[in-house]
Amino acid sequence: MRLSIYLLLFCFFSSCENNTSSNDKLPLPILGEKEIVDGETVYHTISDFEFIDQDSTIINNATFKDKVYVVDFFFTHCPTICPKVKQQMLRVYDKFKEDDRVVLLSHTIDTPRDSVPRLKVYANRLEVSSDKWHFVTGDKDKIYSMAKEYFITALEDADAPGGYDHSGVLVLVDKNRNVRSFGNGLNPEEVDRLLTDIEKLLHEG
Amino acid sequence: MKVKYLILSFSILFVVFACQSNPYGEGKRIYTAYCASCHMEDGQGLKSLVPPLAKSDYLAQNQDKLACIINKGLNGSIIVNGKEYNQPMAGIPGLNSTKLTNVINYINHAWGNNAGYTKIQDVESALKACE
Repeated sequence: MRLSIYLLLFCFFSSCENNTSSNDKLPLPILGEKEIVDGETVYHTISDFEFIDQDSTIINNATFKDKVYVVDFFFTHCPTICPKVKQQMLRVYDKFKEDDRVVLLSHTIDTPRDSVPRLKVYANRLEVSSDKWHFVTGDKDKIYSMAKEYFITALEDADAPGGYDHSGVLVLVDKNRNVRSFGNGLNPEEVDRLLTDIEKLLHEG
Repeated sequence: MKVKYLILSFSILFVVFACQSNPYGEGKRIYTAYCASCHMEDGQGLKSLVPPLAKSDYLAQNQDKLACIINKGLNGSIIVNGKEYNQPMAGIPGLNSTKLTNVINYINHAWGNNAGYTKIQDVESALKACE
């Protein structure tokens, strides 16, 4: 009788453990659909883009050459999840502050309102440096189509608080423009994993 | 055998009472649902973007305005603990005076705050004044 109670307790507690340890040695997968073209595997790859950041600097794929970067979508007057997601982005920023190979990219989905000066104020108020963390605006349709490429939900919705609906996911992209990992910016444990995934990517070289 | 039951019933009672130790249960639930996404669970706010509620001099000095701020939101620059903040805050018009009172009393006593108690009558008259 007593043994069975202990067994039950053991099962109960061990079920809480994350069963990820066996995957730690494996490389991160390349996410998205893949195609076979002329016998070669073609992975989902982030297409060309060009936006403008809080310093009026043009930000495009060349900005992220030989770097890994973490992406999110937000808007500055967002009354809901954005500050929490930004708090998690700040964890990425703080952890890799001294490592030039890691960059952050935040897209506004409220292009009419979030001008360059407004993004500048926002970045200043987050107390982050412009060469590490780019807050970009640009062509609205292009921003929304980029969200799709990063597998992030972003849409205009008059019924949503603030007028926009979007997910608070952080997406990790490697230097070959492939999406390699993601984590919910509302869940600090998922961001813990994302932080170790970034280190893994850096070790890939 | 009797001792066993005694221990068992005491431990059940302990668990039941331990769960009821927070007197601001509803206030905390409202805070988590509506406020924590910007002011954070620990009331610390976010850098220079969102002001803290924990150990905030603005909170202590503007007790009479809290009901209106939560209900209508806040625009423009404010100074909190010597730091300037200027991020619009959205109001939460859906909270009735009971809920407002509960969330104010939670904030007033969370994270080491000791900003006093707010009565529902104070909240109701404050709401009338800001309409």
